[in-house]
Amino acid sequence: MVEAVRSIDLDVQRGEFVAFLGPNGAGKTTTLKLLSGVLTPTSGTARVLGHIPWHRENAYRRRFALVMGQKNQLWWDLPAAESFRLHQHIYRIEPREFERTRDELTDMLGVRHLLAQPVRELSLGERMKMELIAALLHSPEVLFLDEPTIGLDVIAQYQVQKFLRHYQQSRKITVLLTSHNMKDVAALCRRVVIIAAGRIVYDGSLVGIVDRFSRAKVISLQMSDGQVPPELSRYGEVLSAEAPRVKLRVARQAVPEVLGSILASYTVEDVSVEDPPLEEVIAELFCQAQPEGIVPANPV
Amino acid sequence: MLARAGIWWTILSISIEERLVYRGDFALGTLMRFLPIVTQIFLWKAVFSAVETLGSGVDRVAGYSYHDFIAYYLLTMVSRAFSSMPGLASGITRDIRSGAVKKYLTQPVDLIGFLFLYRVAHKLVYYAIAVVPFAAVFYLLRSYFPGWPHGPTFAAYVASLLLAFLLGFFMEVTLGLLGFWFLEISSLLFIYMLLSYFCSGHMFPLDMLPGMWGQAIKAAPFQYLAYFPSAIFLGKVAGAELLRGLATQLAWVAAFMIAARLAFCFGVRHYSGFGG
Repeated sequence: MVEAVRSIDLDVQRGEFVAFLGPNGAGKTTTLKLLSGVLTPTSGTARVLGHIPWHRENAYRRRFALVMGQKNQLWWDLPAAESFRLHQHIYRIEPREFERTRDELTDMLGVRHLLAQPVRELSLGERMKMELIAALLHSPEVLFLDEPTIGLDVIAQYQVQKFLRHYQQSRKITVLLTSHNMKDVAALCRRVVIIAAGRIVYDGSLVGIVDRFSRAKVISLQMSDGQVPPELSRYGEVLSAEAPRVKLRVARQAVPEVLGSILASYTVEDVSVEDPPLEEVIAELFCQAQPEGIVPANPV
Repeated sequence: MLARAGIWWTILSISIEERLVYRGDFALGTLMRFLPIVTQIFLWKAVFSAVETLGSGVDRVAGYSYHDFIAYYLLTMVSRAFSSMPGLASGITRDIRSGAVKKYLTQPVDLIGFLFLYRVAHKLVYYAIAVVPFAAVFYLLRSYFPGWPHGPTFAAYVASLLLAFLLGFFMEVTLGLLGFWFLEISSLLFIYMLLSYFCSGHMFPLDMLPGMWGQAIKAAPFQYLAYFPSAIFLGKVAGAELLRGLATQLAWVAAFMIAARLAFCFGVRHYSGFGG
Protein backbone atom coordinates (compact mmCIF):
# COMPACT_ATOMS: atom_id res chain seq x y z
CA MET A 1 0.00 0.00 0.00
CA VAL A 2 1.26 3.46 -0.90
CA GLU A 3 0.71 6.26 1.61
CA ALA A 4 -0.36 9.03 -0.74
CA VAL A 5 -1.44 11.72 1.72
CA ARG A 6 -1.13 12.18 5.47
CA SER A 7 -1.67 14.96 7.98
CA ILE A 8 -3.52 17.13 5.49
CA ASP A 9 -5.42 19.66 7.56
CA LEU A 10 -7.22 22.05 5.30
CA ASP A 11 -10.14 24.39 5.76
CA VAL A 12 -11.60 25.99 2.65
CA GLN A 13 -14.28 28.63 2.93
CA ARG A 14 -17.27 28.93 0.64
CA GLY A 15 -16.43 30.98 -2.45
CA GLU A 16 -12.66 30.47 -2.30
CA PHE A 17 -10.58 29.58 -5.37
CA VAL A 18 -7.72 27.50 -4.03
CA ALA A 19 -4.81 26.08 -5.99
CA PHE A 20 -3.12 22.86 -5.03
CA LEU A 21 0.48 22.85 -6.14
CA GLY A 22 3.09 20.17 -5.79
CA PRO A 23 5.42 17.92 -7.74
CA ASN A 24 4.14 14.81 -9.49
CA GLY A 25 3.14 12.21 -6.94
CA ALA A 26 2.81 14.78 -4.15
CA GLY A 27 -0.77 13.79 -3.39
CA LYS A 28 -2.69 16.65 -5.05
CA THR A 29 -4.92 14.50 -7.21
CA THR A 30 -5.28 11.98 -4.39
CA THR A 31 -6.63 14.76 -2.18
CA LEU A 32 -9.13 15.77 -4.86
CA LYS A 33 -10.16 12.13 -5.24
CA LEU A 34 -10.71 11.87 -1.49
CA LEU A 35 -12.79 15.03 -1.43
CA SER A 36 -14.88 13.90 -4.39
CA GLY A 37 -15.53 10.46 -2.90
CA VAL A 38 -13.54 8.47 -5.45
CA LEU A 39 -11.26 7.18 -2.70
CA THR A 40 -11.94 6.00 0.81
CA PRO A 41 -9.13 6.95 3.22
CA THR A 42 -7.63 4.42 5.60
CA SER A 43 -7.99 6.97 8.40
CA GLY A 44 -8.92 10.58 8.95
CA THR A 45 -12.00 12.49 8.02
CA ALA A 46 -13.20 15.19 5.67
CA ARG A 47 -16.40 17.11 5.26
CA VAL A 48 -17.47 18.94 2.15
CA LEU A 49 -20.73 20.90 2.34
CA GLY A 50 -21.46 18.91 5.50
CA HIS A 51 -21.08 15.54 3.76
CA ILE A 52 -18.44 12.86 4.18
CA PRO A 53 -17.38 12.45 0.54
CA TRP A 54 -16.65 8.73 0.52
CA HIS A 55 -20.18 7.94 1.72
CA ARG A 56 -21.11 8.90 -1.84
CA GLU A 57 -24.58 10.12 -1.02
CA ASN A 58 -26.50 11.36 -4.04
CA ALA A 59 -27.38 14.49 -2.07
CA TYR A 60 -23.65 15.31 -2.04
CA ARG A 61 -22.94 14.16 -5.59
CA ARG A 62 -25.56 16.59 -6.87
CA ARG A 63 -23.70 19.48 -5.23
CA PHE A 64 -20.20 19.11 -6.61
CA ALA A 65 -18.41 18.30 -9.84
CA LEU A 66 -15.02 16.86 -10.68
CA VAL A 67 -13.28 17.72 -13.94
CA MET A 68 -10.09 15.93 -14.86
CA GLY A 69 -8.16 17.34 -17.76
CA GLN A 70 -6.86 13.92 -18.72
CA LYS A 71 -10.18 12.08 -18.50
CA ASN A 72 -13.05 12.24 -20.91
CA GLN A 73 -16.43 11.88 -19.25
CA LEU A 74 -18.54 12.63 -22.31
CA TRP A 75 -19.91 9.95 -24.64
CA TRP A 76 -17.20 9.69 -27.25
CA ASP A 77 -19.32 8.76 -30.26
CA LEU A 78 -22.27 11.03 -29.57
CA PRO A 79 -22.71 14.79 -29.71
CA ALA A 80 -22.00 16.58 -26.42
CA ALA A 81 -25.67 17.63 -26.39
CA GLU A 82 -26.57 14.01 -25.64
CA SER A 83 -24.22 13.82 -22.66
CA PHE A 84 -25.73 17.09 -21.46
CA ARG A 85 -29.23 15.60 -21.80
CA LEU A 86 -28.14 12.67 -19.67
CA HIS A 87 -26.73 15.04 -17.05
CA GLN A 88 -30.00 16.94 -17.06
CA HIS A 89 -31.76 13.79 -15.94
CA ILE A 90 -29.24 12.30 -13.54
CA TYR A 91 -28.84 15.66 -11.79
CA ARG A 92 -32.58 16.30 -12.02
CA ILE A 93 -32.30 19.73 -13.60
CA GLU A 94 -35.57 21.39 -14.53
CA PRO A 95 -35.92 21.59 -18.35
CA ARG A 96 -36.05 25.41 -18.48
CA GLU A 97 -33.17 25.78 -16.05
CA PHE A 98 -31.21 23.21 -18.04
CA GLU A 99 -31.71 25.02 -21.34
CA ARG A 100 -30.89 28.38 -19.82
CA THR A 101 -27.68 27.12 -18.20
CA ARG A 102 -26.60 25.12 -21.25
CA ASP A 103 -27.12 28.10 -23.57
CA GLU A 104 -25.38 30.47 -21.18
CA LEU A 105 -22.34 28.22 -20.75
CA THR A 106 -22.02 27.30 -24.42
CA ASP A 107 -22.22 30.98 -25.35
CA MET A 108 -19.62 31.95 -22.75
CA LEU A 109 -17.23 29.35 -24.08
CA GLY A 110 -18.18 29.89 -27.73
CA VAL A 111 -19.07 26.27 -28.48
CA ARG A 112 -22.82 26.40 -29.06
CA HIS A 113 -22.36 25.64 -32.75
CA LEU A 114 -20.54 22.41 -31.83
CA LEU A 115 -23.31 20.91 -29.73
CA ALA A 116 -24.46 18.54 -32.46
CA GLN A 117 -20.95 17.39 -33.38
CA PRO A 118 -19.79 13.98 -32.10
CA VAL A 119 -17.29 14.45 -29.27
CA ARG A 120 -14.64 12.42 -31.10
CA GLU A 121 -14.58 15.07 -33.83
CA LEU A 122 -13.87 17.96 -31.45
CA SER A 123 -10.41 19.38 -30.80
CA LEU A 124 -8.88 18.94 -27.35
CA GLY A 125 -9.73 22.52 -26.41
CA GLU A 126 -13.32 22.20 -27.59
CA ARG A 127 -13.64 18.92 -25.73
CA MET A 128 -12.36 20.45 -22.52
CA LYS A 129 -14.88 23.26 -22.84
CA MET A 130 -17.65 20.70 -23.28
CA GLU A 131 -16.36 18.79 -20.24
CA LEU A 132 -16.55 21.98 -18.21
CA ILE A 133 -20.08 22.68 -19.39
CA ALA A 134 -21.17 19.12 -18.53
CA ALA A 135 -19.69 19.56 -15.06
CA LEU A 136 -21.39 22.92 -14.48
CA LEU A 137 -24.87 22.21 -15.83
CA HIS A 138 -26.20 21.33 -12.39
CA SER A 139 -24.67 24.50 -10.90
CA PRO A 140 -22.37 22.76 -8.41
CA GLU A 141 -21.43 24.57 -5.23
CA VAL A 142 -17.99 22.97 -5.21
CA LEU A 143 -15.84 22.33 -8.24
CA PHE A 144 -12.74 20.14 -8.25
CA LEU A 145 -10.48 20.83 -11.22
CA ASP A 146 -7.56 18.54 -11.93
CA GLU A 147 -5.23 19.98 -14.58
CA PRO A 148 -8.05 21.57 -16.61
CA THR A 149 -5.71 23.15 -19.17
CA ILE A 150 -3.33 20.25 -19.69
CA GLY A 151 -2.41 19.84 -23.34
CA LEU A 152 -4.34 22.92 -24.48
CA ASP A 153 -2.83 25.57 -26.74
CA VAL A 154 -2.30 29.05 -25.30
CA ILE A 155 -5.51 30.43 -26.76
CA ALA A 156 -7.63 27.63 -25.33
CA GLN A 157 -5.78 27.93 -22.01
CA TYR A 158 -6.56 31.63 -21.88
CA GLN A 159 -10.22 31.08 -22.78
CA VAL A 160 -10.66 28.40 -20.12
CA GLN A 161 -8.92 30.55 -17.49
CA LYS A 162 -11.03 33.57 -18.40
CA PHE A 163 -14.20 31.51 -18.25
CA LEU A 164 -13.34 29.93 -14.90
CA ARG A 165 -12.46 33.29 -13.36
CA HIS A 166 -15.70 34.86 -14.55
CA TYR A 167 -17.83 31.87 -13.57
CA GLN A 168 -16.35 31.57 -10.10
CA GLN A 169 -16.67 35.28 -9.41
CA SER A 170 -20.26 35.52 -10.62
CA ARG A 171 -21.47 32.30 -8.92
CA LYS A 172 -19.27 32.49 -5.82
CA ILE A 173 -18.64 28.76 -5.99
CA THR A 174 -15.77 27.07 -4.20
CA VAL A 175 -13.06 25.76 -6.50
CA LEU A 176 -10.08 23.54 -5.77
CA LEU A 177 -7.64 23.47 -8.64
CA THR A 178 -4.55 21.39 -9.27
CA SER A 179 -2.33 22.50 -12.08
CA HIS A 180 1.27 22.48 -13.13
CA ASN A 181 0.53 25.50 -15.24
CA MET A 182 1.50 28.51 -13.12
CA LYS A 183 -0.44 30.77 -15.47
CA ASP A 184 -3.63 29.01 -14.36
CA VAL A 185 -2.73 29.57 -10.75
CA ALA A 186 -1.65 33.18 -11.19
CA ALA A 187 -4.78 33.99 -13.19
CA LEU A 188 -7.27 32.31 -10.92
CA CYS A 189 -6.21 31.71 -7.35
CA ARG A 190 -5.57 34.01 -4.44
CA ARG A 191 -4.83 31.15 -2.11
CA VAL A 192 -2.23 28.53 -2.84
CA VAL A 193 -1.66 25.31 -0.97
CA ILE A 194 1.58 23.50 -1.66
CA ILE A 195 1.58 19.83 -0.99
CA ALA A 196 4.63 17.61 -1.10
CA ALA A 197 5.18 14.03 -0.06
CA GLY A 198 1.53 13.90 1.03
CA ARG A 199 1.78 16.89 3.42
CA ILE A 200 0.85 20.54 3.24
CA VAL A 201 4.00 22.64 3.28
CA TYR A 202 2.60 26.03 2.42
CA ASP A 203 -0.79 27.65 2.65
CA GLY A 204 -1.04 31.29 1.70
CA SER A 205 -0.93 33.73 -1.18
CA LEU A 206 0.98 33.20 -4.41
CA VAL A 207 3.33 36.13 -3.83
CA GLY A 208 3.90 34.93 -0.29
CA ILE A 209 5.66 31.87 -1.69
CA VAL A 210 8.52 34.00 -2.98
CA ASP A 211 8.79 35.94 0.27
CA ARG A 212 8.89 32.80 2.30
CA PHE A 213 10.88 30.39 0.22
CA SER A 214 13.10 32.37 -2.10
CA ARG A 215 16.65 32.41 -0.73
CA ALA A 216 18.03 34.56 -3.51
CA LYS A 217 17.38 37.69 -5.55
CA VAL A 218 18.33 38.51 -9.09
CA ILE A 219 20.45 41.64 -9.65
CA SER A 220 20.33 42.96 -13.21
CA LEU A 221 23.11 45.34 -14.26
CA GLN A 222 23.77 47.38 -17.37
CA MET A 223 27.47 48.28 -17.51
CA SER A 224 28.40 51.75 -18.79
CA ASP A 225 31.54 50.72 -20.68
CA GLY A 226 29.74 47.99 -22.63
CA GLN A 227 31.92 45.26 -21.11
CA VAL A 228 30.97 42.57 -18.59
CA PRO A 229 33.80 42.18 -16.08
CA PRO A 230 34.62 38.47 -15.67
CA GLU A 231 35.27 38.80 -11.93
CA LEU A 232 31.58 39.55 -11.28
CA SER A 233 31.10 35.83 -10.66
CA ARG A 234 32.67 36.27 -7.20
CA TYR A 235 29.52 38.13 -6.10
CA GLY A 236 27.08 35.35 -7.07
CA GLU A 237 25.97 33.01 -9.81
CA VAL A 238 26.04 34.65 -13.26
CA LEU A 239 22.69 33.75 -14.79
CA SER A 240 23.33 35.50 -18.10
CA ALA A 241 25.97 37.78 -19.51
CA GLU A 242 25.26 39.51 -22.79
CA ALA A 243 27.27 42.72 -22.86
CA PRO A 244 26.46 45.24 -21.65
CA ARG A 245 23.84 43.40 -19.55
CA VAL A 246 24.49 40.84 -16.85
CA LYS A 247 22.24 39.03 -14.40
CA LEU A 248 23.50 37.79 -11.06
CA ARG A 249 21.82 35.49 -8.62
CA VAL A 250 22.78 36.59 -5.14
CA ALA A 251 21.87 35.27 -1.69
CA ARG A 252 19.03 37.38 -0.30
CA GLN A 253 20.88 38.58 2.82
CA ALA A 254 24.00 39.48 0.78
CA VAL A 255 22.17 41.79 -1.65
CA PRO A 256 22.91 45.15 0.07
CA GLU A 257 26.60 44.34 0.51
CA VAL A 258 27.02 43.00 -3.04
CA LEU A 259 25.18 45.89 -4.55
CA GLY A 260 27.28 48.41 -2.59
CA SER A 261 30.49 46.71 -3.63
CA ILE A 262 29.55 46.53 -7.32
CA LEU A 263 28.44 50.15 -7.47
CA ALA A 264 31.68 51.20 -5.78
CA SER A 265 33.89 49.15 -8.12
CA TYR A 266 32.25 49.57 -11.52
CA THR A 267 30.44 52.19 -13.55
CA VAL A 268 26.89 50.96 -13.84
CA GLU A 269 24.34 52.64 -16.07
CA ASP A 270 21.26 50.83 -14.76
CA VAL A 271 20.51 48.42 -11.95
CA SER A 272 17.50 46.49 -10.70
CA VAL A 273 16.89 43.92 -7.98
CA GLU A 274 14.07 41.39 -8.52
CA ASP A 275 12.70 38.23 -7.07
CA PRO A 276 13.46 35.12 -9.11
CA PRO A 277 10.60 33.84 -11.30
CA LEU A 278 7.83 32.13 -9.35
CA GLU A 279 8.22 28.87 -11.28
CA GLU A 280 11.86 28.77 -10.25
CA VAL A 281 11.06 29.28 -6.58
CA ILE A 282 8.39 26.62 -6.64
CA ALA A 283 10.64 24.21 -8.54
CA GLU A 284 13.33 24.76 -5.91
CA LEU A 285 10.79 24.20 -3.19
CA PHE A 286 9.62 20.95 -4.80
CA CYS A 287 13.24 19.79 -5.09
CA GLN A 288 13.72 20.27 -1.37
CA ALA A 289 10.72 18.04 -0.67
CA GLN A 290 11.77 14.79 0.91
CA PRO A 291 9.52 11.89 1.82
CA GLU A 292 10.31 12.45 5.51
CA GLY A 293 8.94 15.98 5.41
CA ILE A 294 10.06 19.21 3.88
CA VAL A 295 11.28 22.65 4.68
CA PRO A 296 11.66 22.16 8.41
CA ALA A 297 12.25 25.89 8.88
CA ASN A 298 8.73 26.74 7.76
CA PRO A 299 6.39 23.92 8.64
CA VAL A 300 2.68 24.64 8.45
CA MET B 1 -40.32 7.48 -9.20
CA LEU B 2 -41.14 9.41 -12.37
CA ALA B 3 -37.79 11.18 -12.18
CA ARG B 4 -36.03 7.83 -11.84
CA ALA B 5 -37.96 6.42 -14.81
CA GLY B 6 -36.87 9.51 -16.74
CA ILE B 7 -33.22 8.77 -15.92
CA TRP B 8 -33.58 5.13 -16.98
CA TRP B 9 -35.28 6.08 -20.21
CA THR B 10 -32.61 8.68 -21.02
CA ILE B 11 -29.78 6.24 -20.33
CA LEU B 12 -31.52 3.59 -22.42
CA SER B 13 -32.27 5.89 -25.37
CA ILE B 14 -28.75 7.40 -25.39
CA SER B 15 -27.23 3.92 -25.17
CA ILE B 16 -29.33 2.79 -28.15
CA GLU B 17 -28.23 5.87 -30.05
CA GLU B 18 -24.59 5.09 -29.27
CA ARG B 19 -24.96 1.44 -30.31
CA LEU B 20 -26.37 2.56 -33.64
CA VAL B 21 -23.34 4.72 -34.46
CA TYR B 22 -21.39 1.70 -35.69
CA ARG B 23 -24.44 -0.21 -36.89
CA GLY B 24 -22.70 -1.54 -40.02
CA ASP B 25 -20.00 -3.26 -38.01
CA PHE B 26 -22.54 -4.38 -35.45
CA ALA B 27 -24.79 -5.92 -38.14
CA LEU B 28 -21.86 -7.75 -39.72
CA GLY B 29 -20.77 -9.10 -36.33
CA THR B 30 -24.33 -10.23 -35.64
CA LEU B 31 -24.59 -12.09 -38.93
CA MET B 32 -21.21 -13.75 -38.44
CA ARG B 33 -22.50 -15.30 -35.24
CA PHE B 34 -24.60 -17.61 -37.38
CA LEU B 35 -21.54 -19.30 -38.83
CA PRO B 36 -20.88 -21.68 -35.89
CA ILE B 37 -24.33 -23.24 -36.27
CA VAL B 38 -23.41 -24.26 -39.83
CA THR B 39 -20.33 -26.11 -38.56
CA GLN B 40 -22.42 -27.78 -35.86
CA ILE B 41 -24.95 -28.97 -38.46
CA PHE B 42 -22.17 -30.51 -40.56
CA LEU B 43 -20.45 -32.01 -37.52
CA TRP B 44 -23.52 -33.84 -36.28
CA LYS B 45 -24.49 -34.84 -39.80
CA ALA B 46 -21.07 -36.50 -40.05
CA VAL B 47 -21.52 -38.18 -36.63
CA PHE B 48 -24.89 -39.62 -37.59
CA SER B 49 -23.62 -40.72 -41.02
CA ALA B 50 -20.80 -42.59 -39.26
CA VAL B 51 -23.30 -44.28 -36.93
CA GLU B 52 -25.43 -45.30 -39.92
CA THR B 53 -22.38 -46.63 -41.78
CA LEU B 54 -21.69 -48.96 -38.87
CA GLY B 55 -25.09 -50.47 -39.65
CA SER B 56 -26.05 -50.69 -36.02
CA GLY B 57 -29.58 -49.52 -36.76
CA VAL B 58 -29.12 -46.79 -34.14
CA ASP B 59 -30.53 -43.38 -35.16
CA ARG B 60 -30.05 -41.64 -31.84
CA VAL B 61 -27.06 -40.51 -29.78
CA ALA B 62 -27.74 -40.23 -26.04
CA GLY B 63 -31.43 -40.06 -26.80
CA TYR B 64 -31.06 -37.28 -29.41
CA SER B 65 -31.86 -37.75 -33.08
CA TYR B 66 -30.06 -35.68 -35.73
CA HIS B 67 -33.07 -33.37 -35.93
CA ASP B 68 -33.13 -33.04 -32.12
CA PHE B 69 -29.51 -31.94 -32.15
CA ILE B 70 -30.07 -29.26 -34.75
CA ALA B 71 -33.20 -28.01 -32.98
CA TYR B 72 -31.24 -27.96 -29.71
CA TYR B 73 -28.38 -25.94 -31.21
CA LEU B 74 -30.71 -23.40 -32.72
CA LEU B 75 -32.41 -22.99 -29.38
CA THR B 76 -29.12 -22.58 -27.53
CA MET B 77 -28.32 -19.83 -30.01
CA VAL B 78 -31.45 -18.04 -28.86
CA SER B 79 -30.51 -18.65 -25.21
CA ARG B 80 -27.02 -17.30 -25.80
CA ALA B 81 -28.48 -14.26 -27.54
CA PHE B 82 -29.98 -13.46 -24.15
CA SER B 83 -27.31 -14.64 -21.74
CA SER B 84 -24.02 -13.82 -23.46
CA MET B 85 -22.53 -10.43 -22.50
CA PRO B 86 -19.68 -9.68 -24.90
CA GLY B 87 -17.18 -7.24 -23.45
CA LEU B 88 -19.07 -6.62 -20.21
CA ALA B 89 -16.66 -8.01 -17.59
CA SER B 90 -13.54 -6.97 -19.50
CA GLY B 91 -15.03 -3.49 -20.05
CA ILE B 92 -15.67 -3.00 -16.34
CA THR B 93 -12.12 -4.05 -15.46
CA ARG B 94 -10.72 -1.79 -18.17
CA ASP B 95 -12.68 1.15 -16.76
CA ILE B 96 -11.39 0.38 -13.26
CA ARG B 97 -7.81 0.15 -14.49
CA SER B 98 -7.96 3.28 -16.62
CA GLY B 99 -9.85 5.34 -14.06
CA ALA B 100 -12.92 5.82 -16.27
CA VAL B 101 -14.99 4.26 -13.48
CA LYS B 102 -14.57 7.52 -11.50
CA LYS B 103 -17.49 9.15 -13.23
CA TYR B 104 -19.83 6.55 -11.73
CA LEU B 105 -18.45 7.32 -8.29
CA THR B 106 -18.75 11.09 -8.52
CA GLN B 107 -22.03 11.41 -10.43
CA PRO B 108 -25.40 10.53 -8.91
CA VAL B 109 -25.79 7.40 -10.96
CA ASP B 110 -25.50 3.74 -9.98
CA LEU B 111 -22.79 1.87 -11.88
CA ILE B 112 -24.62 -1.47 -11.97
CA GLY B 113 -27.92 0.15 -12.91
CA PHE B 114 -26.21 2.12 -15.65
CA LEU B 115 -24.47 -0.97 -17.03
CA PHE B 116 -27.76 -2.86 -16.93
CA LEU B 117 -29.56 -0.28 -19.04
CA TYR B 118 -26.61 -0.01 -21.38
CA ARG B 119 -26.68 -3.78 -21.85
CA VAL B 120 -30.46 -3.79 -22.40
CA ALA B 121 -29.91 -1.21 -25.13
CA HIS B 122 -27.15 -3.36 -26.62
CA LYS B 123 -29.45 -6.38 -26.66
CA LEU B 124 -32.39 -4.47 -28.14
CA VAL B 125 -30.26 -3.25 -31.02
CA TYR B 126 -28.87 -6.77 -31.44
CA TYR B 127 -32.35 -8.31 -31.57
CA ALA B 128 -33.55 -5.67 -34.00
CA ILE B 129 -30.72 -6.62 -36.36
CA ALA B 130 -30.72 -10.37 -35.68
CA VAL B 131 -34.46 -10.95 -35.86
CA VAL B 132 -34.50 -11.32 -39.65
CA PRO B 133 -31.67 -13.86 -39.98
CA PHE B 134 -32.93 -15.71 -36.89
CA ALA B 135 -36.42 -15.95 -38.39
CA ALA B 136 -35.02 -17.08 -41.75
CA VAL B 137 -32.89 -19.83 -40.20
CA PHE B 138 -35.72 -21.06 -38.00
CA TYR B 139 -38.11 -21.02 -40.95
CA LEU B 140 -35.74 -22.96 -43.21
CA LEU B 141 -35.06 -25.55 -40.50
CA ARG B 142 -38.61 -25.67 -39.13
CA SER B 143 -38.95 -29.37 -39.93
CA TYR B 144 -36.24 -30.11 -37.35
CA PHE B 145 -38.43 -28.92 -34.50
CA PRO B 146 -41.06 -31.03 -32.78
CA GLY B 147 -43.48 -28.08 -33.02
CA TRP B 148 -44.48 -25.11 -30.88
CA PRO B 149 -44.73 -25.84 -27.16
CA HIS B 150 -48.02 -25.29 -25.31
CA GLY B 151 -48.84 -21.86 -23.94
CA PRO B 152 -47.65 -22.40 -20.34
CA THR B 153 -44.46 -24.12 -21.53
CA PHE B 154 -43.77 -21.29 -23.93
CA ALA B 155 -44.37 -18.77 -21.13
CA ALA B 156 -41.90 -20.71 -18.95
CA TYR B 157 -39.44 -20.68 -21.87
CA VAL B 158 -39.69 -16.89 -22.23
CA ALA B 159 -39.31 -16.48 -18.45
CA SER B 160 -36.19 -18.67 -18.46
CA LEU B 161 -34.74 -16.61 -21.34
CA LEU B 162 -35.25 -13.38 -19.40
CA LEU B 163 -33.73 -14.96 -16.31
CA ALA B 164 -30.83 -16.19 -18.48
CA PHE B 165 -30.22 -12.56 -19.47
CA LEU B 166 -30.22 -11.44 -15.84
CA LEU B 167 -28.01 -14.33 -14.76
CA GLY B 168 -25.48 -13.73 -17.53
CA PHE B 169 -25.45 -10.02 -16.73
CA PHE B 170 -24.92 -10.33 -13.00
CA MET B 171 -22.35 -13.13 -13.33
CA GLU B 172 -20.23 -11.03 -15.67
CA VAL B 173 -20.67 -7.86 -13.62
CA THR B 174 -19.48 -9.73 -10.51
CA LEU B 175 -16.52 -11.01 -12.44
CA GLY B 176 -15.71 -7.58 -13.88
CA LEU B 177 -15.91 -5.91 -10.47
CA LEU B 178 -13.19 -8.25 -9.21
CA GLY B 179 -11.03 -5.80 -11.15
CA PHE B 180 -11.15 -3.59 -8.06
CA TRP B 181 -8.85 -6.16 -6.45
CA PHE B 182 -7.04 -7.85 -9.33
CA LEU B 183 -6.95 -5.11 -12.01
CA GLU B 184 -6.43 -7.70 -14.72
CA ILE B 185 -8.91 -10.55 -15.00
CA SER B 186 -8.25 -11.83 -18.51
CA SER B 187 -7.14 -15.27 -17.26
CA LEU B 188 -10.11 -15.47 -14.94
CA LEU B 189 -12.35 -14.41 -17.79
CA PHE B 190 -10.86 -17.07 -20.04
CA ILE B 191 -11.65 -19.76 -17.46
CA TYR B 192 -15.15 -18.37 -17.08
CA MET B 193 -15.71 -18.40 -20.84
CA LEU B 194 -14.41 -21.94 -21.08
CA LEU B 195 -16.64 -23.15 -18.25
CA SER B 196 -19.56 -21.22 -19.64
CA TYR B 197 -19.12 -22.70 -23.12
CA PHE B 198 -18.81 -26.25 -21.85
CA CYS B 199 -21.09 -26.25 -18.82
CA SER B 200 -23.90 -24.09 -20.21
CA GLY B 201 -24.77 -26.71 -22.80
CA HIS B 202 -23.61 -24.58 -25.68
CA MET B 203 -21.35 -27.37 -26.92
CA PHE B 204 -23.70 -30.33 -26.43
CA PRO B 205 -26.90 -31.10 -24.49
CA LEU B 206 -26.01 -31.51 -20.83
CA ASP B 207 -28.27 -34.51 -20.30
CA MET B 208 -25.87 -36.44 -22.53
CA LEU B 209 -23.38 -36.45 -19.68
CA PRO B 210 -23.46 -39.58 -17.56
CA GLY B 211 -24.13 -39.79 -13.79
CA MET B 212 -21.86 -37.79 -11.57
CA TRP B 213 -20.56 -35.48 -14.31
CA GLY B 214 -24.06 -34.59 -15.38
CA GLN B 215 -25.11 -33.93 -11.80
CA ALA B 216 -22.03 -31.83 -11.07
CA ILE B 217 -22.56 -29.63 -14.11
CA LYS B 218 -26.25 -29.24 -13.40
CA ALA B 219 -25.45 -28.08 -9.86
CA ALA B 220 -23.58 -25.09 -11.32
CA PRO B 221 -25.40 -21.97 -12.56
CA PHE B 222 -24.07 -22.25 -16.12
CA GLN B 223 -26.80 -24.59 -17.41
CA TYR B 224 -29.32 -21.76 -16.95
CA LEU B 225 -27.47 -19.70 -19.54
CA ALA B 226 -28.27 -22.00 -22.47
CA TYR B 227 -29.31 -25.57 -21.74
CA PHE B 228 -32.25 -25.01 -19.42
CA PRO B 229 -34.30 -22.65 -21.64
CA SER B 230 -33.70 -24.93 -24.66
CA ALA B 231 -34.70 -28.00 -22.63
CA ILE B 232 -37.97 -26.27 -21.65
CA PHE B 233 -38.77 -25.49 -25.29
CA LEU B 234 -38.05 -29.09 -26.34
CA GLY B 235 -40.21 -30.47 -23.53
CA LYS B 236 -37.29 -32.18 -21.78
CA VAL B 237 -38.21 -30.60 -18.48
CA ALA B 238 -41.84 -30.25 -17.47
CA GLY B 239 -44.18 -30.11 -14.52
CA ALA B 240 -42.61 -29.94 -11.07
CA GLU B 241 -39.10 -30.25 -12.51
CA LEU B 242 -39.68 -27.18 -14.67
CA LEU B 243 -40.97 -25.14 -11.76
CA ARG B 244 -38.07 -26.29 -9.58
CA GLY B 245 -35.68 -25.37 -12.38
CA LEU B 246 -37.16 -21.88 -12.78
CA ALA B 247 -37.02 -21.34 -9.03
CA THR B 248 -33.37 -22.42 -8.96
CA GLN B 249 -32.58 -20.14 -11.90
CA LEU B 250 -34.25 -17.26 -10.07
CA ALA B 251 -32.25 -18.07 -6.93
CA TRP B 252 -29.01 -17.97 -8.92
CA VAL B 253 -30.00 -14.60 -10.36
CA ALA B 254 -30.66 -13.28 -6.85
CA ALA B 255 -27.38 -14.73 -5.59
CA PHE B 256 -25.33 -13.06 -8.33
CA MET B 257 -27.29 -9.84 -8.01
CA ILE B 258 -26.25 -9.72 -4.35
CA ALA B 259 -22.70 -10.82 -5.20
CA ALA B 260 -22.39 -8.00 -7.76
CA ARG B 261 -23.68 -5.43 -5.29
CA LEU B 262 -21.31 -6.64 -2.57
CA ALA B 263 -18.38 -6.69 -5.01
CA PHE B 264 -19.15 -3.07 -5.90
CA CYS B 265 -19.61 -1.90 -2.30
CA PHE B 266 -16.41 -3.52 -1.06
CA GLY B 267 -14.56 -2.87 -4.30
CA VAL B 268 -14.96 0.91 -4.22
CA ARG B 269 -13.61 0.95 -0.68
CA HIS B 270 -10.61 -0.91 -1.96
CA TYR B 271 -10.26 1.28 -5.04
CA SER B 272 -7.08 3.27 -5.44
CA GLY B 273 -8.33 5.67 -8.10
CA PHE B 274 -5.92 4.63 -10.81
CA GLY B 275 -5.28 6.47 -14.02
CA GLY B 276 -4.69 10.04 -12.84
